[in-house]
Amino acid sequence: MAETGRLSLPASRPLRLPLRPVTALRIAIIVAVVVVWEAVSASGLLYRDVVPSLVAIGKALYVTLSDPTFYFHLYTTFYEIGIAMVIGGLSGLAVGILLGGSKFLSRAYEAYLYYLGPCPKIIFFPIMIMWFGVGPGSKVAMGAISCFFPVALNVAGGMREIDKVLIRVGKSFRANTWQMVTKIYLPAMRHPVINGVRLGLGVALIGTLLAETKLSNRGIGFLVIQAYSIFNMPQMYALLIILFVIAIGANTVIGRLGGLDDIKRF
Amino acid sequence: MSAAVATLAKNRYFPAALGLVSFVVFIALVELLIRVGVINRFIVPMPSDIIAAFPRVIVEEHVLQRFLLTAGEAFSASILVTIFGVAGGVLLYRYHLLRLATETWVAAVAAAPLVLMYPLYLVIFGRSALTIVMMGFTAGLAPVILKTLEGLSATRRVLINVGKSFNLTPSQQFWKILFPAALPTIFVGLRLGLIFALINIVGVEFLINFGGLGQLINELAERYDLPGTYAAICFVILVSICVFILMERLERWLRPVD
Repeated sequence: MAETGRLSLPASRPLRLPLRPVTALRIAIIVAVVVVWEAVSASGLLYRDVVPSLVAIGKALYVTLSDPTFYFHLYTTFYEIGIAMVIGGLSGLAVGILLGGSKFLSRAYEAYLYYLGPCPKIIFFPIMIMWFGVGPGSKVAMGAISCFFPVALNVAGGMREIDKVLIRVGKSFRANTWQMVTKIYLPAMRHPVINGVRLGLGVALIGTLLAETKLSNRGIGFLVIQAYSIFNMPQMYALLIILFVIAIGANTVIGRLGGLDDIKRF
Repeated sequence: MSAAVATLAKNRYFPAALGLVSFVVFIALVELLIRVGVINRFIVPMPSDIIAAFPRVIVEEHVLQRFLLTAGEAFSASILVTIFGVAGGVLLYRYHLLRLATETWVAAVAAAPLVLMYPLYLVIFGRSALTIVMMGFTAGLAPVILKTLEGLSATRRVLINVGKSFNLTPSQQFWKILFPAALPTIFVGLRLGLIFALINIVGVEFLINFGGLGQLINELAERYDLPGTYAAICFVILVSICVFILMERLERWLRPVD
C-alpha cells in the first residue's frame, strides 16, 4: 500500500511572547503614570511640591522608614488599633451571636445596628474626647465603635446561615452555651466572622487614624497632619503609601487566612 | 402565661415595639443617672437638655442651610461618581485585557483607607467645598466601577444572543440589552458609592471644619455646647438613616421580581 505520506513538520511549539499581554499592559500603565507624574512634577503646572518628583517621594520613604521615631508612632497606631479590634471585635461578636441566635431579638434590635452601621463614625469623636480624654483612649474608642458594627452585622448574618442540623447535633450532645459557641457556631460561621473582622479592621484603621489627624500628638495620623502643616509633601505621600500598603496587605492576609477572595468585595 | 408570651413574641409589631421601648427606657435611665449624679452632667448632658437643644440648634445654627450645603456637596459627588464610575465599569467590560490588568487594582483601591488622603486634597484643592466633593467622589468611585462591571458581565447570554439575532448595532446592544439588564446591580454599586461619599463628606467637613453638618458638630464641640453637640450628632444620624432608607427603597424598586 502506497504510503499516503505525511508532511513531517517539526513539532510545533507555542509562540512565546516575552511577556503576557496582561503583564505588558500593566507595565505600560505603570510606565505611563510614572512619565505623566514626572512631567507634571517638572512642568510646575501645579503649585510647587504638590506633585513632587517620584525620586523625592522615594527618598522621603527611605528617610521615614529609617527613622526610629517613625516606629514609635507606628507602634502607637498599631497598639490603638489592636485594642480597638479586641474591644470592638469581641463585643461585636457577642452581640452578633445574640442577635443571630434569636429571631425575636434580631427583629427588636438589629435595625438599629443596621442603620447606625453606615453612619459617619468620626462625628462621635467630640463625645469620645469628653468620655476618654485627648490621649489614646479616645482613639481606641473611635476604632472600637467603627469595628463593632461590621463584626456584629456579619456575625448575626452568619449565625442565621448555620446549618440547622449542626445546631441540632450540638443540642443532642447536650452542649452548654460555651460549647455551642466554640464547637458549633464559630467553626460553622468562620467565613462571615473573618469577613466581619476584615471589614472591621479596615474601618477601625480609618477611625483611629482620622481621630489621630484631628487631635493627637502621636501616631501615624499625627505624622500625616504634621507633614501637611509644615507642607512636607514628599513625606505626606510616603506616609500615605505606607498606610495604603499596610491596609491593603492586612485586608489580603486576613482574607487569605480565612479562605476568602484576595481583596474586599462588596 | 408562657403561652401568652409566646403569642406576643410571634406578633408582627411586638419585637419592633420592644426595641423602641427599650431605647426609651435606656434614655430615661441615663436621664435618671445624671440627675442623681452617677453620671457627670458635664460629660454626658441630660437627654431632656439634648431634646430641648434641638429647636435652638435648628434655628440659631442655620441647620437647614447647612443641610442644603452638605446635600449639595453630596449631590455633586454623586453626579461625578455616577458618570465616572459607570463609565469606568463599561470601559473595563468593553476591553477585556484592560479588565484583566486593572480589576484587582480597582478592588485594592476600594479596600484602601482613601479618606486619609484628605490632607493631600487640602493642599491640592484648598480648604474649600471642592476638597469635600473630591473626597466624596474618590471614596465612592471604586464600588460603582466594580458593581457596574459585575452587572454587565452577569447579563444572561440568551439576552445578548437575542440582541445579536436582531442585528443590533453595538450601541443598540448596550442601551437595549446590556444596560437595562445590569441596572439593578449598577444601582447596588451606586447605593454603596453614594453612602461612602456621604460618610466621607460629613467626616471631612468635621475634620477640616468647613461646610455643612460636619462643621456644625465641630463648632458646637469647640464651644463646649454639650447638648447642642449631641443634638447635632443625633440630627446627622437621623439624616443619614433617612438617606439610607431612601436609597434602599429605590434599590428594591429597581430590583427585578424573581
